[in-house]
Amino acid sequence: MEEMRVVFAGFGGQGLLFAGKVVAYAGLIEDREVSWLPSYGPEMRGGTANCSVTVSDEPIGSPLIMDPTALIAMNQPSLLKFEETVVPGGIILADTSLITRIPERDDITVFELEATNMAEDAGLKGLANIVLVGKLLKETGFCSVESIEAAIRKAVPPRKAALIEKNLQALKLGMEG
Amino acid sequence: MAQAEEKLVYERPHSLAPVVTNYCPGCTHGIVNRLVAEVIDELGIEGDTIGVSPVGCSVMMYNFYNCDFLEAAHGRAPAVATGVKRVHPDKVVFAYQGDGDLASIGMAETVHAATRGEKITIIFINNAIYGMTGGQMAPTSLPNQVTQTSPYGRDVTTAGYPVRVCELLSSLDGVAYLERVCVDSPKNIRKAKKAIKKAFQNQVDGIGYSLVEVVSTCPTNWGMTPTDAFEWMRENMLPYYPLGVYRDVVAEGYANAAEAAAARAAACPIAMAENPQLDEIHAALPSKAKVEAAQAAVPGLNTPKEGGDR
Amino acid sequence: MAEKVLMKGNEAIAESAIRAGCRFFFGYPITPQTELAAYMAKRMPKEGGTYLQAESEVAAINMVYGASAAGARVMTSSSSPGVSLKSEGVSYIAGADLPCLIINIERGGPGLGSIQPSQSDYWQATRALGHGDFQMVVYAPSTVQEMADLAYSAFDIADKYRTPVMILGDGMLGQMMEPVELPERRTELPEKPWATTGHGNARPKNVANSLYLVAEELERTNFERFERYAQIKATEQMCEQVDCDDADIIVVAFGASSRIARTAVRYAREEGIKVGLFRPITLWPFPADALSATCDHAKAFLSVEMNMGQMVDDVRLVVNGRAPVDFYGRTGGVIPTPAEVLDKIRQINEGLGE
Repeated sequence: MEEMRVVFAGFGGQGLLFAGKVVAYAGLIEDREVSWLPSYGPEMRGGTANCSVTVSDEPIGSPLIMDPTALIAMNQPSLLKFEETVVPGGIILADTSLITRIPERDDITVFELEATNMAEDAGLKGLANIVLVGKLLKETGFCSVESIEAAIRKAVPPRKAALIEKNLQALKLGMEG
Repeated sequence: MAQAEEKLVYERPHSLAPVVTNYCPGCTHGIVNRLVAEVIDELGIEGDTIGVSPVGCSVMMYNFYNCDFLEAAHGRAPAVATGVKRVHPDKVVFAYQGDGDLASIGMAETVHAATRGEKITIIFINNAIYGMTGGQMAPTSLPNQVTQTSPYGRDVTTAGYPVRVCELLSSLDGVAYLERVCVDSPKNIRKAKKAIKKAFQNQVDGIGYSLVEVVSTCPTNWGMTPTDAFEWMRENMLPYYPLGVYRDVVAEGYANAAEAAAARAAACPIAMAENPQLDEIHAALPSKAKVEAAQAAVPGLNTPKEGGDR
Repeated sequence: MAEKVLMKGNEAIAESAIRAGCRFFFGYPITPQTELAAYMAKRMPKEGGTYLQAESEVAAINMVYGASAAGARVMTSSSSPGVSLKSEGVSYIAGADLPCLIINIERGGPGLGSIQPSQSDYWQATRALGHGDFQMVVYAPSTVQEMADLAYSAFDIADKYRTPVMILGDGMLGQMMEPVELPERRTELPEKPWATTGHGNARPKNVANSLYLVAEELERTNFERFERYAQIKATEQMCEQVDCDDADIIVVAFGASSRIARTAVRYAREEGIKVGLFRPITLWPFPADALSATCDHAKAFLSVEMNMGQMVDDVRLVVNGRAPVDFYGRTGGVIPTPAEVLDKIRQINEGLGE
């Protein structure tokens, strides 16, 4: 399978690092090469936060992604910052609850999803990140449904185990979206 | 003819090695080194004691004692002692430091070891000058005191004021015992020994951080005879550095430094809050009794209470 | 086989060190090694160990000195500016022949620099971190797995040769998560009859010291230490070679930059360029023997680093004029891209044709 390089970008607190971790765990469960790299430092506190996740069959070179095959954008500044970096043929998943201006590139596919509103309406406030992971899986098929579900079970820390069910619901919501 | 009975009135303490020190004639280091050794002998802790020597005139102390020793970087003795004590909480760890070492380059280590309440013993020699490097101004040099680097006398408008270490540390909650003594007379030497013994006993009993400041002399760098130096010390240093006890949590009626700190923080809700997580961690630590039982089971690790032959 | 878990490099080092029997950690907060200290703060109390946040980097390394002399497996971690502060203590530790592990998760410098990944402390680490005649073993992992493995074995090497050991990582390796299989817990640790534990009236006293006022005595201890260094050089060199056997061009890179170089080498091979990657895992001792052997067939060398050109000195010393040695680097926290390195490889390859 092709190497998948995803940049997750948005505000701190939107759960982007966690969403990246779920994708990385899914790759690990399928015994593929994976790397997860967060941006760190003062920019984490407010402003834009992002992380890079690579899932590949080859040993991964740089874990810092400069040419993503997929961008998950959860606010307008992040979309602006990263839209030009997406490779031709790549995809952008834009949370249109928070993004109004959509890229005009014709060499990529943009999926618009009101992930934040969808999550809230479904009683899954704060899980727009996982809705978008569901959408990523639907559009790329980078792993099996069983693997991503197992990844959620692994990535949710034991003290928050009660949230596993809600995460699985959010995932389903995204896969149907 | 009746054999005259031999009566031993004076001997070298066992923990003091039979070597010649590097101290100048008339220097108070020799007296204080000996007092520390006597205390180690009397408490029967030579085999359990680990010393830390500083940078300064007493840098070679590791050669003068028979117990295990570490030589520390300038000012770092309290940090080094902390490292040793954390590995061996059941052993007796002491550091011996001069004024430049303790109150200048090592002030951060001094203050933080004290405020952490490290259960160590510090012997602090304050002679208001850097001896080893040849008589420069120290953090404890007095206003107007002439030294190599304050040739017109310590100018407080540019060099600031001396540090009163016992007074400074007395505000810290981690401290169990602070006393300032001097060794200019047999009477004062006896008092100093009592203080040093208490500072070691506190550690054996787990009471907390203890420091004894010995107001001292430096005949060589002061340019005086030993007796003149003591006279100068009495005249000038003692008014600035008054002798006495600056903190003694036991005399204040507490079992240890922690209890005294809690009393002081009684009105602070978070400081006084129950903390079951920490209780659990503390409960899992080996108690002193458990450590002693484990050691007793190992042949050769037993430390006789008196002296000890090797 | 133990289960693989996703862990940050910083956390993998910490967990692996605990499993290697390290129960004492002394440190001071600094980005980007933060997670390492935080992990230790969480785990050490539960292991009956000590996590102590020192008043300064200087105090932390001197606590390491004390704990190491007292016979414990002990470590500290920091990032570039903090490591500079530790240099005093590292020199004393080396001078007193004490084992310990020091982690440097490098960031850009000099000065306060940046907090982004960098390799600009290569000289500091390999040319002796501190005053005086000494070296220390320096490892440069390039994956989270290797960070775990080297943190584990570093304690054995430190104890075996009684020397400080450094793991030189960077912000990228420290912050990134990869699958890692953690080593088994050490149950037995080596005896340390030299440790200052209190003699218990059962042996002559032990002393930890680096002071020798008689010049000849200090010279003798330095000679002895360098005999150990010679042993280390002879037996502990480590490297990885990818496609070097038939390579005209050898790209030399360590740590994070070796990951970028690896991708560039793969792309260049796809273009038919005969290029290989030589990755030093020990920076000191530099894997000179293996690199020198490649001079039999290699026509050019390229050192790729995240600095202004530091390891390239060692590459030149080894190649010793037998082939041209080129350098490509980015600095200040900028990470080179595979495309940039590929361009450089192409350029060198064109030069070979001439």
